Amino acid sequence: MWNALFFYLFALIALGGGVLVITRRNAVHSALWLVVSLLGVAGEFLLLGAEFLFAVQIILYIGGVVLLILFVIMLVNLDQAARMRQFNRQWAIAGLCALVVGAEIAYFVWRGGPQAFQLATPVSAGPGEGNVEQLADVLFSRYLLPFEIASLLLLVAVIGSVVMAKKRS
Amino acid sequence: MQAIIEHPWFLPLTVGIVIIALFPLVAAYIVLAERKLLADFQVRLGPMRVGPHGLLQPIADALKLLLKEDVIPAAADRGLFWFAPVISTWTALTAFALLPFTEQLHVVDVNVGLLVIVAMSAVGVLGIIIGGWAANSHYPLLGALRSSAQLVSYEVALGLALICGVMSAGSLSMVEIVQAQLERRVWLAFDNYGLMFIAFIIFLISAIAETNRLPFDLPEAESELVAGFMTEYSGLRWGLYFLAEYASIIVIGGVGVTLFWGGWLRPFPNVSWLEVPLNVVFPLAFFLLAALISFRLSRRLLRFSRWRALLMAATGAALAGVGLLFLLPVAHPTLSALFWFLFKVGLFIYFVIWIRGTFPRFRYDQLMDIGWKYLVPLAMAAVLANALVGMLRAT
Repeated sequence: MWNALFFYLFALIALGGGVLVITRRNAVHSALWLVVSLLGVAGEFLLLGAEFLFAVQIILYIGGVVLLILFVIMLVNLDQAARMRQFNRQWAIAGLCALVVGAEIAYFVWRGGPQAFQLATPVSAGPGEGNVEQLADVLFSRYLLPFEIASLLLLVAVIGSVVMAKKRS
Repeated sequence: MQAIIEHPWFLPLTVGIVIIALFPLVAAYIVLAERKLLADFQVRLGPMRVGPHGLLQPIADALKLLLKEDVIPAAADRGLFWFAPVISTWTALTAFALLPFTEQLHVVDVNVGLLVIVAMSAVGVLGIIIGGWAANSHYPLLGALRSSAQLVSYEVALGLALICGVMSAGSLSMVEIVQAQLERRVWLAFDNYGLMFIAFIIFLISAIAETNRLPFDLPEAESELVAGFMTEYSGLRWGLYFLAEYASIIVIGGVGVTLFWGGWLRPFPNVSWLEVPLNVVFPLAFFLLAALISFRLSRRLLRFSRWRALLMAATGAALAGVGLLFLLPVAHPTLSALFWFLFKVGLFIYFVIWIRGTFPRFRYDQLMDIGWKYLVPLAMAAVLANALVGMLRAT
């Protein structure tokens, strides 16, 4: 009962925040609503018993990504952008795409029947073992290769940004 | 009554309420201690007017802040300007909930406690940035930009230093980290043949940078930016930022003490014959000495004004009373554990103030150099070395 209540509360926060991100005119306000939306997602992680993902979601997305977005927004002059029309010529195509994806999701939900709306029951950790340990075990044994590939990708991004910054000066 | 005390929510709620109620007072007195210490470093007296030796100065300051006009700049983003200090204070106080004052005396102990504290400090940065931006003025915006760059940079080194500690303790839960130190028979700062001390030094430097203290107080450097992100704030809202800053100092001190200095454990927790000297005699001597000094000051004050002497004597009596509490066998284990935790956090705060009184402010490029070119590589090396030594010792 409480679980379901909190699930819908966090879902509302995440989705409502998301809608406000794209409708605010002021870029800083958008970034802040993005924080709210991400906090809603973090709450859902907590509800599923994934405490590690909850903390990492906040540290990385809010403490890292949104912070840098804010940094850029404050450095770039966005006053003009705020006064521009918010909807441009492509809105019809975008609307069509959203409609198609929506129909697709609706179809699968309809086919899934009543089970589609049931919350997944979290897999409980073994005695004396937390979410962090489980995640580490899986990440560094079964999924080691994808994990390393992802780190390599990040490394490439770091080097790329350094190279780009060097070229300017 | 018994049912209330044994209810699982009783202790967390009580501790939480006590923290929220007492914290502003504690922060105000830390400020007094800071002003007095800085004055001492510079061979002057510091606040002396309100109360004996400035003892009532914090209360006067708090009253002034509460009664001051709350100015909001005309061009400011009103909603965000109002909300930003709330973010800072809220996150700093939330992090308090995870500090283990003693084994039982804490609000919550979650299995990712340390990460939640880091997450709270990450969200707390938003308060500074939003506050600086919402004022719609140049100095605050520059302060906000500087602070976001600084905090993001030093969070990396801080995180790596914390990883060293977590690796040794084998847990992210704050209570379990301290228990692990009891089992390993060593405070983590001295573990792994002294290698952990490097991690501790890195933690210390980045902790000072994370709390925006001198020599890393570039976000509010008063000689360059007036007051940085707080320039346009006044009255209670400024007070909230102030509160958040001191809360984060205590929190980061608490994290350092828990992770590296054995939390609530006394020195040499496994040597049983030191139990009485360190848990009873030391606190008793500490408080009685403080009381004695107060009494002597009180006698000297008698020449000037009677009520000042009386207040000073009452302070001394209160200190002596706290000291005598340590003789009670009933309150003893929790009390001495609490004493050691707060004593170590107090030492950390003293150290931070000492640093402030000693070092000049870094230039901005020096700050970034220290963060990225020295601390981060050193922290990575520390993680690697500690992991290797830890693995070798475990097998």
